[in-house]
Amino acid sequence: MAKITFIDSSGTARTTDAEIGSTVMETAIKNGIPVIEAECGGACSCSTCHVYVDEAWRAATGEPSPMEEDMLDFAFDVRPNSRLSCQIKVTEALDGLVVVTPERQA
Amino acid sequence: MTETIKTDVVIIGAGPIGLFAVFELGLLDMKAQLIDILDRSGGQCAELYPEKPIYDIPGVPYITGQGLVDALMTQIRPFKPVFHLKEMVETIERIGDPLFRMKTDAGKTFECKAVVIAAGGGSFQPKRPPIPGIEAYEDKSVFYAVRQMEKFRGKKILIVGGGDSALDWTLNLVPVAAHVTLLHRRDAFRAAPDSVNKMRALVADKKMDFVLGQVMGLEGEGGQVRAAKVKREDGQTVSLACDTVLPFFGLTMKLGPVANWGIALSEDELIPVDTEKFETSVPGVFAIGDINTYPGKLKLILSGFHEAALMAQKAHRYVHPDKKLTFQYTTSSTSLQKKLGVT
Repeated sequence: MAKITFIDSSGTARTTDAEIGSTVMETAIKNGIPVIEAECGGACSCSTCHVYVDEAWRAATGEPSPMEEDMLDFAFDVRPNSRLSCQIKVTEALDGLVVVTPERQA
Repeated sequence: MTETIKTDVVIIGAGPIGLFAVFELGLLDMKAQLIDILDRSGGQCAELYPEKPIYDIPGVPYITGQGLVDALMTQIRPFKPVFHLKEMVETIERIGDPLFRMKTDAGKTFECKAVVIAAGGGSFQPKRPPIPGIEAYEDKSVFYAVRQMEKFRGKKILIVGGGDSALDWTLNLVPVAAHVTLLHRRDAFRAAPDSVNKMRALVADKKMDFVLGQVMGLEGEGGQVRAAKVKREDGQTVSLACDTVLPFFGLTMKLGPVANWGIALSEDELIPVDTEKFETSVPGVFAIGDINTYPGKLKLILSGFHEAALMAQKAHRYVHPDKKLTFQYTTSSTSLQKKLGVT
């Protein structure tokens, strides 16, 4: 298991256990993390699982793929550290990952 | 006043399930015409994931969304279905027992003995961009589609987006508008490279502007936009003067007029059906695919295929009430094979 912390736009932090091999989005949905909607169920076909990756974790999580960038075009308030959480796979290396949810999804 | 189009069955939705319904209906001697809001068949498969793999079509280990649509179009070709694209059904009236009259938003009228709703997740409509307060400007100075280019002559237009719609309309409107600015959050586009090159040439010739950024809000009064508040790539917020905004943020699915046809709907806006014939609360109107619901329903393409087969059996009783229905196999029936053109 890895630990992932979700911080919402008002600063409230929620830390959850994440199964290795699942995605950050799946972890959020399983744990009822607010604002993560995942309308398309993780198919990289919407933009409603959008999160900001904490600067300290950007290198470990990596950059969006071209397909992900296409979907991020539709997200709300996209920033350089934006990712679609359904595209971030949970690994041991991401134990302690911190992501921030946006004010809202598109 | 256009002529009424008469056919056996009208299928609402030309996605994979609507397409396969043509096959099942065709085997039982029923002619079908399909109506869809998109400019091509294929529904979600063609629009949302044409290049993504589907692994659970029975007998087909791997096929892309578009691949499946192409295969279905080939499979139904023997039945010569007629497609009415870029149209949406607005009203359905029961005028006989059963006989239905349907009107579309393109002014067409259809008459048929059975209606098959294969509307999937609803009709594809432009997505509203995540810009706070945009509703106040919609249809006044913010538009999600261009129907008549003349309406935009002499306007100061802000086009937002990076796909084919945004680029195509930019190229089309530069000669017509007073000024066009294209705004996109990054310098890479989903649109066809040729369109992007043409846009860059226009920018180089100072015939239009391209700005990197995102719209955070709109300024204006009484629905008339005056300027867009744009957060540039460098983080700075600037005001871009404009009197018209055309955001192209992709498509989303909305139930639309289906909700107003007097058909019973479930709480989550799906159409309840029985599992023997997949008929709705209105006799002669069927619902197959993602749009329906019943105990145990799975939103799978293979489920929709099965539903189409059973639906056709009941539809036959409405379309050919005096004919007997004998169950036949395509592998062994000469009459079925003749219909398919394989003998």
